Amino acid sequence: MSVRVRLALLAVVVLMVLVGAGGYVLRVQQRQAAAVESATAAPAADLASVVAGRHLVFRNTVLGGGYGRLAVVPLAAPGGPRALTGVSCERVYAARRSAVCLSARRGLSNTYKAEVLGPDWTPTGNLPLTGLPSRVRMSRDAALSVTTTFVYGDSYAAPGQFSTRTVVTRVAENDSIDLEKFQLFVDGKRITAADRNFWGVTFADHDRFYATAATGGRTWLVQGSIAGRRMDSLRGDVECPSLSPDGTRIAFKKHGDLPAGQWRLAVHDLRTGAETVLAETRSVDDQAEWLDDGTVLYGLPRTSDAGAATSDIWAVPADGSGAPRVLVPDAWSPAVVR
Amino acid sequence: MYVSVRDRPGNSADGRAGRVATTVVLLGVVSLFTDISSEMVVAVLPLYLTAEVGLGYLAYGFVDGLYQGVSAAVRIGGGYAADRGGRPKWIAVAGYGLSAVSRIAMLAVHGFAAVTAVITADRLGKGLRTAPRDAMIAASSDPAMLGRAFGVHRTLDTIGAVLGPLIALALLALVPGSYDSVFVTSFAFAIVGFAVLLLFVPNLRTGAANARVGFRRVAREIMGARLRRPMAAAALLGVLTVGDGFLYLAVQQRDDLTAALFPLLYVGTNLSYLALALPLGRLADRVGRARVFVFGHVALLGAYLAAGGQFGGVVPTVLVLLLLGVYYAATDGVLPALVSRLVSDEARGTGIAAAQTVVALARFTSAIMFGSLWVLIGRGEALLVVGGLLICALPIAWLLLRGTETRRVTT
Repeated sequence: MSVRVRLALLAVVVLMVLVGAGGYVLRVQQRQAAAVESATAAPAADLASVVAGRHLVFRNTVLGGGYGRLAVVPLAAPGGPRALTGVSCERVYAARRSAVCLSARRGLSNTYKAEVLGPDWTPTGNLPLTGLPSRVRMSRDAALSVTTTFVYGDSYAAPGQFSTRTVVTRVAENDSIDLEKFQLFVDGKRITAADRNFWGVTFADHDRFYATAATGGRTWLVQGSIAGRRMDSLRGDVECPSLSPDGTRIAFKKHGDLPAGQWRLAVHDLRTGAETVLAETRSVDDQAEWLDDGTVLYGLPRTSDAGAATSDIWAVPADGSGAPRVLVPDAWSPAVVR
Repeated sequence: MYVSVRDRPGNSADGRAGRVATTVVLLGVVSLFTDISSEMVVAVLPLYLTAEVGLGYLAYGFVDGLYQGVSAAVRIGGGYAADRGGRPKWIAVAGYGLSAVSRIAMLAVHGFAAVTAVITADRLGKGLRTAPRDAMIAASSDPAMLGRAFGVHRTLDTIGAVLGPLIALALLALVPGSYDSVFVTSFAFAIVGFAVLLLFVPNLRTGAANARVGFRRVAREIMGARLRRPMAAAALLGVLTVGDGFLYLAVQQRDDLTAALFPLLYVGTNLSYLALALPLGRLADRVGRARVFVFGHVALLGAYLAAGGQFGGVVPTVLVLLLLGVYYAATDGVLPALVSRLVSDEARGTGIAAAQTVVALARFTSAIMFGSLWVLIGRGEALLVVGGLLICALPIAWLLLRGTETRRVTT
């Protein structure tokens, strides 16, 4: 082949990929624009009146100007019109008149923030973060907050291993402590191994909490005391626990013998130790939330018709019966405010 | 001072005369496009896996480990296949092609196992192509200008690595949440790189044109006396090489740097590497590759001190990035330049691959050991201990390496 022929061929290839990739991106952009138009036409609820009652706080993933913003719906009509706030979060948790918002600003370097929001959704303080935030919780009275971050680089040495940092903060005093500083007891034996990891805290009261502890490739449900600076194991194979409103049960992610990176939702009864696997058969990687004492909420990702990443909040009965249903479409990271 | 009058690389010219071969520039352009393509995916992978596929960050750690680990395994195979066939281009074509196809496969996969498989395919492609590509660079260059040739290639390669994430982020700003657009565009860049390789890179015939190179022969050569000492030196220095990830973490912990700025550290090192790859490659041609290779590790030692020392702030941090860039520029392209002169043309691909694998394995060992040391005695102390060991190892490495570039003539 002469140089001229090869140059012509290269020009054809470049042209083809330009048209192909450019056309693809443009088509996605047009569909997104169309989706935005239809979304802005949707009715909106009044923020103040929704927040006054029992409501659900979540991240809105309807395409358009409100994408990524915090939204609320009344618990009485979760599928109905939503009210948008002005704040954008990747993940949220909320109590009455307060919320914690994990946000990411994308750029040359991604920046992450964990902000405590006041009653009017404006930041009142920052929680410490040391990496990619993945879980956030707040105690019901908003006095305690906790964030779990995946620490960069700690996974560098050994493939398949990771490190998390979970920090509990007394919001009013801005006083934080890393769970790694707590003593860990598994079946009564003190564990001092360096590969201890903690994540997915759920608060029971001002002092007691439940969390996941991992060491040596196994995970446990632990019960901890902030004042006592210690955690004790309750049972194995529990990730991302979430305490029911009546304080009797824990909803959690169970790995079992599933392939790596897959979990099933289950409920552990703290009184009897019994385990109930829920009716959701898809893999759930989320810290569950309780709608009420009989229903568990969680997010599942989905690719929208417009080709963008979205997600839905699903609900499933906590007793293993029934079937999962979409509670709020195009939503993520549910927090129930009672 | 060690003085050699014979065949010091660059002795014939002062390292300035002549130009880098067209093949080298073409391979650099191929790498540039391929790196844009792969770094686009790497940049959005954590967000994609968590936001769309729905994996936790924890599972991402697993994928990340996989990403780092797979390519070392097939590297020697790629090098040997290139030598055996005597046509490294076709092995490189297979490697680049496999990676390109894996991009478009990302569109179809949704799930942990599928994503892992696709990423493994991409890394297999990278492992396969690296050694044949470096062998082609060596084969098409004037031996006296190998350092410069690798410098030019690595510069173009790193430009791609800097551009990739920027393009990906620009795309996500244009079409929020559309990771598929990123994969399609990444595939487009990979195709352009692939087309340049296929259409323009000459199908160089390396080694014995007719006789196939036997495995024994190649094995004998890479285990042989010529490579033994430089390999030992590379392994010794590699074991004392603390991965940049750890150095960044050390800086982050000391200065309480926010996670926000963390990725900027990678960008800083890349820019420094980018600026220095060519000058240091030229320097290697002039003063000797072994010397520059060892010098690179002196810079690394400096980076340990800057990262492990008591003084925090902007200046030591920038110093760490600068010195890491010097280290990469003085070693990454210089090592294949060094090795390719020590093996016969027939075994060049395997020789380069073997040296790169030795370094990769040594660094992996180092990462595990350093990780434990960090936990045991803490950040600064661990760095100082490894730095102390590196000070002891540097003269040994120099003794092992210094004869290599003259021995070629005497044997």
